[in-house]
Amino acid sequence: MPEAMTSREAILNRIRTANTTAKTTAHAAESQTIDRAYQQVTTLDRETILKIFLDHLHEYDAHVLEAKPDTLAATIAEVLKSNNQKSVIVANNFPEENLPAGFMWQRESQSTKDQLNIAAGAISGCEVAIAHTGTIILRSARQLTLLPDRFLCIVYEHQIVDTVPEAIARLEQYKTEPLTFVSGPSATADIEMTRIRGVHGPRFLDVIVVRD
Amino acid sequence: MNIRVGEAAEAPSFQKAAFTLLDDTQLRKNVRHATDVITGKRAIVVKEQQDWQQLRSTASAIKQNTLAYLDEYLLKFEAACTAAGGHVHWASDADEANRIIVDLVKQYGGKEVIKVKTMTSDEIGLNKAFEANGIIPHETDLADMIVQLGHDKPSHIVAPALHKNRQQVREIFMREMGLSELTDEPQDLTNAARRYLREKFLKVKIGFSGANYLLADTGGVCVVESEGNGRMCLTLPDVLITLAGIEKVIPSFRDLEVFLQLLPRSATGERMNPYNSLWTGVHKGDGPQHFHVVLLDNGRTRILADPEARQTLHCIRCGACLNTCPVYRQTGGHAYGSIYSGPIGAIVTPQLFDMQHSQSLPYASSLCGACYEVCPVKINIPEVLIHLRGRVVREQQSGANLEGIGMKAMARIFSSGRRFEAAQRLGHIGQWPFVSGGWVKHLPGMLGNWTAVRDMRPLPKQSFRSWWREHEKAKKKENADA
Repeated sequence: MPEAMTSREAILNRIRTANTTAKTTAHAAESQTIDRAYQQVTTLDRETILKIFLDHLHEYDAHVLEAKPDTLAATIAEVLKSNNQKSVIVANNFPEENLPAGFMWQRESQSTKDQLNIAAGAISGCEVAIAHTGTIILRSARQLTLLPDRFLCIVYEHQIVDTVPEAIARLEQYKTEPLTFVSGPSATADIEMTRIRGVHGPRFLDVIVVRD
Repeated sequence: MNIRVGEAAEAPSFQKAAFTLLDDTQLRKNVRHATDVITGKRAIVVKEQQDWQQLRSTASAIKQNTLAYLDEYLLKFEAACTAAGGHVHWASDADEANRIIVDLVKQYGGKEVIKVKTMTSDEIGLNKAFEANGIIPHETDLADMIVQLGHDKPSHIVAPALHKNRQQVREIFMREMGLSELTDEPQDLTNAARRYLREKFLKVKIGFSGANYLLADTGGVCVVESEGNGRMCLTLPDVLITLAGIEKVIPSFRDLEVFLQLLPRSATGERMNPYNSLWTGVHKGDGPQHFHVVLLDNGRTRILADPEARQTLHCIRCGACLNTCPVYRQTGGHAYGSIYSGPIGAIVTPQLFDMQHSQSLPYASSLCGACYEVCPVKINIPEVLIHLRGRVVREQQSGANLEGIGMKAMARIFSSGRRFEAAQRLGHIGQWPFVSGGWVKHLPGMLGNWTAVRDMRPLPKQSFRSWWREHEKAKKKENADA
């Protein structure tokens, strides 16, 4: 029997022995059902939820713009222009009709790590966003949304929920996919607890919220 | 089994180490500033979370339940992770974990490893094992980098370099990165780290991480971080190795909705930390194509076997108990001699050792209860501290030693009024060489431990008992006379 197997058995046996002894006391776990008395769903209206989401993004030093579905491409162009960006790498599933003309586009799948590293910026959509914590949750596109210095994320209003449990419920169907929760640009407080924006991830986070 | 917790087994007692560290005014200033800032931020965001107490209760219940069925959840995790393309290894102690990890790195032909912050790797002394095998570990968390480049030790489980100020960090970076110019602005220091590490992130083929949560239902792993160094290590290398204590498993993906609300608010005073990464085994064409998890016991099953103390394993390593602890706030983390410091360290470290080392740590507390109050998973640390003090005492009593004999003699004296009074009279006569200016300041031998940190009043000329006897006698006489 390989050694790894013996340690596996040994650890499992120690756990079982420990639990048999401990279960005889009052400290043993009561039951399989967990009481979840914390807040599950929102009590707020749509406008308030949206306002909280925007407020929290601002607090994280994200740059936020609003758009309508038919002005999205123009708003993206506006963001890129203000950042002096001429080229952008785009998430594989990002709809082509939302990309404004006059810029150089390249898909994530056609980009190497080194290209991503020197790229000025990246664009992707998201799966869910949480107002309560100012969080945007991305499916896949892990390197795309990490290496370039700027990350522009498009969030549709219907993707925004208020509470963390509401977001987790929406993500249940994608739970085995790679998921990334993003709350503001990368940051640290390791030196004298001073919050510094932009350590290793994107130093700038731009968000366009598309109203339904 | 050979349990190791960093270098804690060789560390001096807390009381001894603290005595020296308390003289370091710069360290005390740095620690006080940092802990003040975090506790202030934490208080604001915890108050804002109106269901905080309900979240705490649920988290505690989830952890209790997980521990009660730990074998089943670990097997579930193993099966799901393996089905998703990952490999699961089991390590009974630090040496075995190091051996598995070093062998994996060699098997993939790695000479360097990029590491995400993980206290568990410090627990097993992984960097030493890497270096002994010619493998270079690069710490990528800013604070861990400060500690590694400064040849220092972590002093806090969340912010390991909290004891260093900006000037000290500047000196370390200039020296170790070979920079000729660098200001002490945190922004500049951070930029220096970004430039220094970016090339390593792109080049090094093997990533190493700890885990905040292992999900039993999906076989997924969750890592919580701020800087993006975690995401780099988790997505760019070809190979990823994750080390996790067996207590890190939680039953389901859904349980993240509880822990992801408690951890960031408790740890850094944020509504949510900048990045959480979740992955499940290997994702084709996205991220590392080889994934290994090492499940570590290293004394955890001993803690599980103690019904009074097994709640220690609920810990999610947020550090809130350190920041609020009046003892930690004075001494900083190094006094604890272990990579796990503060109140939680005082209960984790000696228990991992089965109380064979670090016996002074359960006494590194005033039992004020602040740690219990802030704990997001409701670990009753004071209760466990007292329980562990009991274990230390019982262990010491079992052998013949001076303190044990002294205590037994004291018990005999205190159990009889006659013997007690005789002892008082003897004490009153015997104390005169030690009384000066109405105070006893230095006692000889073991009794000196008491007077080392406090003065006491000498025994009075007349004890209360003898005064009372005289008083009663006089009263009786008065009554008889009247």
